[in-house]
Amino acid sequence: MTAVVSCTNIKKIYKQGTIDVVALAGVDLTVEQGDFVCLSGPSGSGKTTLLNIIGGLDMPSAGEISVAGNMLHTMSKAQLAEMRLQHVGFVFQAYNLIPVLTAQENVEMVMQMQGVSKRERGRRARQVLKEVGLEGMENRKPPELSGGQQQRVAVARAIVSNPKLVLADEPTANLDSKTAENLIDLMRHMNSEHGVTFVISTHDPRVMLHAKRNLKMEDGRLV
Amino acid sequence: MKQGYTLIFALAWRNLWRNPRRTIVILFAIVLGAWAMIVMAAYSRGMSQQVFNNAIDNLLGHIQIHAPGYLEDPVIDRVLDTQQPALKTALLAPEIQHTAARVRVPAVVASERDSQGVTLLGIDPAAEADMSFIRKSVTLGKYFEGNQDGGIILGKKLVERLETSLGRRVVLMTQNSQNKIADRGFRIVGIFDTMIDAQETSYAFITLGTAQQMLDLGTNVSEIAVKLSHADHTDKILGGLRAGLPGLDVKPWYTLDALTKLFQDTWEGSAFVWYLIVFLAMGFGIVNTILMAVFERTREFGLFQALGLKPNFILLQVWLESLLLLTTGLAIGNLVSWLTVLATGDGIDVSAFSQGMEMVKLSKIIPFVLTTDDLVVANAVVLILGLLTCLYPAWRAARLVPAHAITRV
Ligand SMILES: Nc1ncnc2c1ncn2[C@@H]1O[C@H](COP(=O)(O)OP(=O)(O)OP(=O)(O)O)[C@@H](O)[C@H]1O
Ligand SMILES: [Mg+2]
Repeated sequence: MTAVVSCTNIKKIYKQGTIDVVALAGVDLTVEQGDFVCLSGPSGSGKTTLLNIIGGLDMPSAGEISVAGNMLHTMSKAQLAEMRLQHVGFVFQAYNLIPVLTAQENVEMVMQMQGVSKRERGRRARQVLKEVGLEGMENRKPPELSGGQQQRVAVARAIVSNPKLVLADEPTANLDSKTAENLIDLMRHMNSEHGVTFVISTHDPRVMLHAKRNLKMEDGRLV
Repeated sequence: MKQGYTLIFALAWRNLWRNPRRTIVILFAIVLGAWAMIVMAAYSRGMSQQVFNNAIDNLLGHIQIHAPGYLEDPVIDRVLDTQQPALKTALLAPEIQHTAARVRVPAVVASERDSQGVTLLGIDPAAEADMSFIRKSVTLGKYFEGNQDGGIILGKKLVERLETSLGRRVVLMTQNSQNKIADRGFRIVGIFDTMIDAQETSYAFITLGTAQQMLDLGTNVSEIAVKLSHADHTDKILGGLRAGLPGLDVKPWYTLDALTKLFQDTWEGSAFVWYLIVFLAMGFGIVNTILMAVFERTREFGLFQALGLKPNFILLQVWLESLLLLTTGLAIGNLVSWLTVLATGDGIDVSAFSQGMEMVKLSKIIPFVLTTDDLVVANAVVLILGLLTCLYPAWRAARLVPAHAITRV
């Protein structure tokens, strides 16, 4: 098995005036291809910070990190954007979709920037939307979808271009338990059927129940 | 990247209509701005052209030829002979469309009631018909029938001042070539009406033949006016005439009428200043609107970056949104301006303000003249300055949103 993510001694310190806020106090983490990792821990323990750093949205203060073979600390902002475009899918807690685009267009967007042909990306987007149970809703815009449906579109978008890694930050936090259950099933299905690697931060015990690996964070460390 | 551009275009267009009310308000501002620019340009272009044409028609022509010293002191003995061969040859240039020889001296015209100092003009009726305003301005009675016509044509305002009327007699007094007073009675055969009081009270027209006979001039005249096929040829023909007529004083319109020249020169500059003022007012509105739209979408821009789209993608998207706004506004603005100009027909009546305008030889009706050049400049000002200004909100959108903003609610 090859490592999709490998972090060594990642530290992140936020400067707030004269006070240093230590968000990550030295994290070592390796995520293998096909893994389904769940990050849990109290609020403020550094889960979001870690996901952002893995996705190249934020830079660590110290430590080394490689994602899909890219050494992130050596890369420019544009290179990081390109790395995300090609290899990383994101699912956030909310506001995942571009409101002026339809569900299908949202799913197609990343492929469009990757240069996939109109025909091919249309076919793939419809197929993935069907897989997440949104057949017939391809032309709806986000405001015409429920919160759960919107999160499904976000998952569909995150996996449609076969990324090496999907990072999800509290994807079920705004959903009722039934809808949350469905979304977890969906991600697990994508993981087992398509081998997509997931790293999910959550407070939701149901997500932890389905994880292959459960990691707990406290005060910026894995415990 | 071609597919990227279709995505950017779709995003820009849809975002434009995301808040239709706001978009319509700002569109209205752009339309109003473009309208103000174009209609004002058409009005002042019409005014400028009218001032110029009226000046040229006001017995000026593009070039005038005189005996040396006549312009400083227009007396009867500073004359030139129309029969000299050099003059006849010089006037053959193809750009010269019309020429008219005139006797032009100071005189006094008197009725039974009153008298008034005027410029006496002895004109060749046929030649003058194409040269100046007089032929088409005779509204009462008639224009001269031939060069020996013994009548006089006076302006409407002058006839009122002299308390006389068509068909009555007036006496014309001036100095003849022997420096003796020459006077003769004339019947008023025509009255001209130009709507410009100064013009109507300044001139008394008789035929060239009658003038030459009355003043013992033979074939001599005071001036020859030259009209060209286009004003642009003035300098070229001026050079030719000066070379061919070394003994005579050849002057272009812009020396003879410096005020008209000044007006022409000032116009171009002031139109541009007007464009800038209008744009300034409009530009603030546009930038403000786009900035507002940008700040509302902060999360979205963060999301784009999280998904791997580069800052330039966001910059281009916002910029294209501005471009669509500007071009839509301009298209409507041009249409509305064009309709406005159509609706004004021959022009607008400014007689309420026309007293002060006579000094620059304006008529009471100002036509709107829409030229391609003026349209292009007005549109270019809005588009180019607009796009430059909108770089700012576009840049703000691309730079000021950290990608991780999306993850912190
Ligand atoms: N931009 C920032 N500036 C300063 N401090 C920050 C910033 N972002 C995060 N922090 C701090 O870093 C620590 C870790 O925050 P983080 O958001 O990673 O926690 P979390 O585990 O995701 O919490 P939650 O479960 O509430 O989402 C917290 O103490 C937080 O206040
Ligand atoms: Mg968090």
